[in-house]
Amino acid sequence: MIEIDGVSKAYGDNLAVNDVSLTIQPHTICAVVGTSGSGKTTLMRMINRLVEPTSGQIRIDSEDVTAVPAHELRRRIGYAIQGNGLFPHKNVGQNIATVPRLLGWNEKRISARVDELLELFQLDPHMFRDRMPHELSGGQQQRVGVARALAAKPNILLMDEPFGALDPVIRTRAQDDLLAIQQRFGTTIVLVTHDMEEAIHLGDRIAVMDEGKLVQFAPPAEIIGNPASDFVAELLGPSDRAFRLLSLSRLADHVESGEATGEPLPSTASLRDAYSELLWSGRTAAPVVTAAGDVIGRIRLESLTRLAMAPK
Amino acid sequence: MTIGNLIRLLVLAVLIALLMRPDLFAGFFALFAKPGQPVIYNQGNLLAITISHLLIVAIAVLGSTMVAVGLGILVTRPAGAEFLPLSRAIANIGQTFPPVAVLALAVPVLGFGTGPTLVALFLYGLLPVFENTLTGFTNLPPRVMEAARGAGMTGRQRLLQVELPLALPVILAGIRISTVIALATATIGSTVAARTLGEVIIAGLLTGNTAFVLQGGLIVGALAVLIYDALSGLERLLMARQGRGVAR
Ligand SMILES: Nc1ncnc2c1ncn2[C@@H]1O[C@H](COP(=O)(O)OP(=O)(O)O)[C@@H](O)[C@H]1O
Ligand SMILES: [Mg+2]
Repeated sequence: MIEIDGVSKAYGDNLAVNDVSLTIQPHTICAVVGTSGSGKTTLMRMINRLVEPTSGQIRIDSEDVTAVPAHELRRRIGYAIQGNGLFPHKNVGQNIATVPRLLGWNEKRISARVDELLELFQLDPHMFRDRMPHELSGGQQQRVGVARALAAKPNILLMDEPFGALDPVIRTRAQDDLLAIQQRFGTTIVLVTHDMEEAIHLGDRIAVMDEGKLVQFAPPAEIIGNPASDFVAELLGPSDRAFRLLSLSRLADHVESGEATGEPLPSTASLRDAYSELLWSGRTAAPVVTAAGDVIGRIRLESLTRLAMAPK
Repeated sequence: MTIGNLIRLLVLAVLIALLMRPDLFAGFFALFAKPGQPVIYNQGNLLAITISHLLIVAIAVLGSTMVAVGLGILVTRPAGAEFLPLSRAIANIGQTFPPVAVLALAVPVLGFGTGPTLVALFLYGLLPVFENTLTGFTNLPPRVMEAARGAGMTGRQRLLQVELPLALPVILAGIRISTVIALATATIGSTVAARTLGEVIIAGLLTGNTAFVLQGGLIVGALAVLIYDALSGLERLLMARQGRGVAR
């Protein structure tokens, strides 16, 4: 659990972060969104003390982060940034091994961990372990950056716009990989992004920042259905709200009994994708199938329209 | 093999031959000596003088590298940051001071011998290395430094494992400049009794023997070209390994 308690950071007269309090539950993803300069990065960097707060306190599992030397704290917290910041003079294996080496793991354990992570990120260890960072594609560099952050099995992972430099197709895949990893290891993730779509997709809760202040901290459905201010509504993009709401749920949770014809939809698809597909194929309903191909019911356009309405 | 490498190899081979068996070149140098003058330098062994010349340069450059890199590291740490602008200004002014003048100023203090030459080469060698060390340490990629801090490296670990390796190509460029200047300047050292290739050139000038002047000059020139080239190659290798373009 990360408790941010009345934290402010001033640069001269400028309050980059202004009296922010929030509690991030273990094993969840907290997405911090806001426009550029709203203090997201500063807030996140105070968790691993790359920035020291001007006032307030941050606790991890009830312990004040200032209780241990900053470098020791940072070795326990994964840190991944946009443009990945890989060490250009070290190969992939050495990059990933950074924190385990600082922690004094033995060579055998380090190399086993490096290979394990490379495999987890679908990079063949034999092919990639000895490559230099500049010999990788942007997407591969990004994965190595996250692998490096996870190398010493931290409970907490801080990510500052980790997908910002990726093209849309690779970004979607990287986001899904992150979700899978988070579910597998139960890592608590704080993810900074300026992309509301990404925050909705990844966050269990979303913290919306505006000019250093926390303006709303809530699950995605509530942010969409009940934005706390005009600023939050604007971030959501007023014209997209219905679709964003649909994107939150999967077909599996809304299957109806009955028959339908035409190409079936997978139960894992989001309601938004289902809606789009029905409009596109000009149907009023479609069958829903499991991954195994069994038809479990149907979804009607009419129901989707109702589900897209603002919650009362 | 590229043409460049072929030429390098040829220069090296000729240089070694000239140092080991100068008599082989007697025919060539005879073209430049007046009748009756000795054709090959005869007041000392060319190889021994060359080694002494290189040794003086090596010691001086090693000394200036250690001091300049050390100072450069100090003023780029948070604690020394106050001195950064000042030391940068001194480095820039110092660069415009001719090495010959340093030599002239060192003799009255240290007397004749190898001493003043070493000091002059050492002092002049400080500046390019210092300036490049500052450049190297102040232009580190910010994201990489951020990642190093975020990973939990201490200041010392960041310096040794990240900053120094990343700044190394730029520092090497400074060492290369210092070395080439020292190779040339060391010749003047023989006017104050240091054992360098300058003695061959000066002996030629005193007796009007162009063959001597040419021998001394060619050896110094070949050394400078070869060492400059080798160090440039090393820099390019380091840069390429880091996936950075060639800084030229
Ligand atoms: N080291 C710093 N020195 C001075 N001002 C800073 C520093 N870091 C951030 N700021 C200022 O604090 C504000 C918030 O910055 P930041 O946290 O980077 O915003 P975001 O990540 O949301 O774009 C900005 O106005 C920025 O200019
Ligand atoms: Mg930011």
